[in-house]
Amino acid sequence: MPAPTVREKLAILADAAKYDASCASSGADRRDSLKSGGIGSTEATGICHAYAPDGRCISLLKILLTNFCIYDCAYCINRSSSNVKRARFTIDDVVTLTLDFYRRNYIEGLFLSSGVIRSPDETMAEMVEVGRRLRLDHAFAGYIHLKTIPEASQELIEQAGLYADRLSINVELPTDEGVQRLAPEKRPQTIRRSMAGLREKLDAAAEPTLRTKQRPRFAPGGQSTQMIVGADPTPDATILKTSARLYGSYRLRRVYYSAFSPIPDSSAALPSMKPPLMREHRLYQADWMMRFYGFEEREILAGRPDGMLDLAIDPKLAWALDHRAIFPVDVNRAPRELLLRVPGLGTKAVKRILASRIHRRLRLEDVGRVCQSIAAVRPFIVAEGWSPGGTIDSERLREAVAPRARQLELF
Amino acid sequence: MGMVEKRPLSAHHAILLASQTDFSGWREAARAMALNGVDPADIAWSVEGEDTGDLFAAPPESTPLPAIPPGAELRVPRRFVDLAEAVICHSDPARFGFLYRILCRLQREPHLLDVATDPDVRKLEEMDKSVRRDIHKMRAFVRFRRIADETGERFVAWFEPAHFIVERNAPFFMRRFTGMRWTILTPHATADWDGERLAIGPGASKADAPAEDAAEELWRTYFRSIFNPTRLKVKAMTAEMPKKYWRNLPEASLIPDLIAGAEKSARDMIERMPTMPAPHHETVQAKHWRNRPAETQSDGADATSIAELRKAATDCRRCPLWRNATQTVFGEGPEDARVVFVGEQPGDQEDIAGKPFVGPAGRLFDAIIDEAGIDRATTYVTNAVKHFKFEPRGKRRIHSRPNAGEVQACRWWIERELKLIRPDLVVALGATAAQSLLGKAVPITKMRGQTVTREDGLKVFLTVHPSYLLRLPDDAKAAERERFLDDLKRVRTLMDDTL
Repeated sequence: MPAPTVREKLAILADAAKYDASCASSGADRRDSLKSGGIGSTEATGICHAYAPDGRCISLLKILLTNFCIYDCAYCINRSSSNVKRARFTIDDVVTLTLDFYRRNYIEGLFLSSGVIRSPDETMAEMVEVGRRLRLDHAFAGYIHLKTIPEASQELIEQAGLYADRLSINVELPTDEGVQRLAPEKRPQTIRRSMAGLREKLDAAAEPTLRTKQRPRFAPGGQSTQMIVGADPTPDATILKTSARLYGSYRLRRVYYSAFSPIPDSSAALPSMKPPLMREHRLYQADWMMRFYGFEEREILAGRPDGMLDLAIDPKLAWALDHRAIFPVDVNRAPRELLLRVPGLGTKAVKRILASRIHRRLRLEDVGRVCQSIAAVRPFIVAEGWSPGGTIDSERLREAVAPRARQLELF
Repeated sequence: MGMVEKRPLSAHHAILLASQTDFSGWREAARAMALNGVDPADIAWSVEGEDTGDLFAAPPESTPLPAIPPGAELRVPRRFVDLAEAVICHSDPARFGFLYRILCRLQREPHLLDVATDPDVRKLEEMDKSVRRDIHKMRAFVRFRRIADETGERFVAWFEPAHFIVERNAPFFMRRFTGMRWTILTPHATADWDGERLAIGPGASKADAPAEDAAEELWRTYFRSIFNPTRLKVKAMTAEMPKKYWRNLPEASLIPDLIAGAEKSARDMIERMPTMPAPHHETVQAKHWRNRPAETQSDGADATSIAELRKAATDCRRCPLWRNATQTVFGEGPEDARVVFVGEQPGDQEDIAGKPFVGPAGRLFDAIIDEAGIDRATTYVTNAVKHFKFEPRGKRRIHSRPNAGEVQACRWWIERELKLIRPDLVVALGATAAQSLLGKAVPITKMRGQTVTREDGLKVFLTVHPSYLLRLPDDAKAAERERFLDDLKRVRTLMDDTL
């Protein structure tokens, strides 16, 4: 059998990586190549260089070093029992591909993950070597995200943080029981301890050392994680609780939710269905509420006895409909925290309202100019010359503000 | 974006700018006009070489700028200058007059830019956003093609921006592709970097750019493979990658087929029955997992050393606290320690490190026992409850007190630690530790400084938890620290007495 070409390997190892939701390239420190004369730069926000027809941003070259794997996680296309085609990049394959793509402005950098072959340390060492060659041999200053192998040694993780902008460890599923059932060889304890280990190093890097005031470099883009949604019957309430715990415990930049997607040659242990995309979307909205709108995880689902987010309307609107007594909110007086709870007002709109109202009394049309849709906001606010009257208590408010039922699914 | 305002037919002042992005020309003219109170409607702005759409019109000419009255000054917020520099790159021909109008309004309303709800300010912000978006899309969608000749390799791209952004955006490409020689061709202008110098030249045409690059086939392979057909969301794609950009993107030609085939590939995946495990699976299982040492779940009852006990506690499920915590934080210290200190529970830092007494309260504790003359190396420190109990609050965790059931469940471990160590004295730090050691709630503030002897003969000295000191206001802290130090000095005396 002839050795596979780079193109053949790329087809297999990009396909194998596509179930990882993150492709983000933000959060790195600002740097450029003017001094080094090499290539690569990172600025405040990452850039999406393309979009696939699944609507997902393509910012990084997201590939696996190899899809051979000794683990047998039911939800994973690369599990050892899968009949998927296998391939393995050399370290230089990955370095060359990254540089070739970067020079043509196709990507912001590399997101490298890997199946575990032989031992976790051996696999992790190869990933670290990719980072080292890019940074030191090729003066590459683009973005590097390395997926950390939880069982790998602390020294290797330390080195990974030296070259990578972001490190991540997937918690895989929202509960330990789920991991035990679907990924029997994985140990949730080890995953937690690895995330804790990353946090320790991130904290240490955030504090200037006593001697030099220089910060030791360790993954300036922080750590992130991903959990699969819909592979087991865990309700949204438990998922959000897990997220709140992860954000609080390990200083995560992001928790990614990945709607369980059917995979070729799937396991009998899993539902065979379309990925629950709307559910995934609602979870991201709820996550946003926790991170940017000041909601506690338990508030978000307080009105839902089944512990599931309403698929028909967004969770902030659902919360408002369940807490009508606090509305309408006066845009000319209400504090920031309260304005952030108004459905349809985002953080930017609230910022603009707060800045503008120092200088003039805001009318409904003023608010309309700073928000997406005044129709959605109107029932929940009072403005100069505007009061929603009794609509807030109306039985039909939900129908009035909820988007009309539409085709949510694929086919 | 439509025209902001029509060019006045009979303006008193005509300003001819040197180029579409001539900010300094605009600034100089606008200053002179504003300081003379010229009405925005009385100025006609045009650009050198610009197509006015009227073949027979004479090329525009500038009228002389009025003299600036002596001592007159024009003040604007810094933010306006930033916005104007960006908006000058907008393709709307009326932008010069519009910016001048805002400049005039700012003289009467200095806080105008803070009024985000004002229609002119909205419009200004929208135009700025449109320019920034175009800049961002250029950074995203420029696709270089490599050419090699006798002088080495060069990377050339053809791009069609919506606004006049090439000059403004070129430094980004210079910072990023410093080690390459590159040229970006656009209809309005060309940016060129030879490795040392950035040059802006006249516009070009698509034919001036290379027609292909061998790497594009690899890139298309990647684009095809990274797409998940079960998640088709065409609108989400086109919202961020509008079709107008497709003609210069090598990967875009794949999109129609990917969309057309998505439904079938998704259905195939869903309907395909799970197959037999791959042939190598058995080998992998046998080699890596079958002979993994069985995780004997000892409950610690028969542990003969602290190390064995610690290992048994790793997977403790005696109460639900393990669910949210990172790990069991077991006691630490020599097995023949003569004194054992028992705290309440691990905190945030202890949970992360997996070691007791390493957080702020632990550091304070270390300092005070040192002052009391107790050698830390001869002591064993542990907690009444071995998992961290907390409530997440954004990026932090707020300590919550363990309840009686959790304390009771964890006595399993503390009692075994004490049995193995057989210390002369145990120090209960705080109410939770006292409750655990004595099996009942104890009023700690009343009984602190006392030694209680348990039925089994073990002496338990009662005092407060060091974290109590951390929560006190500064004026009360010094006195309480002294009291705690006195308690620990008594502990040292008790240790000496039991010799």
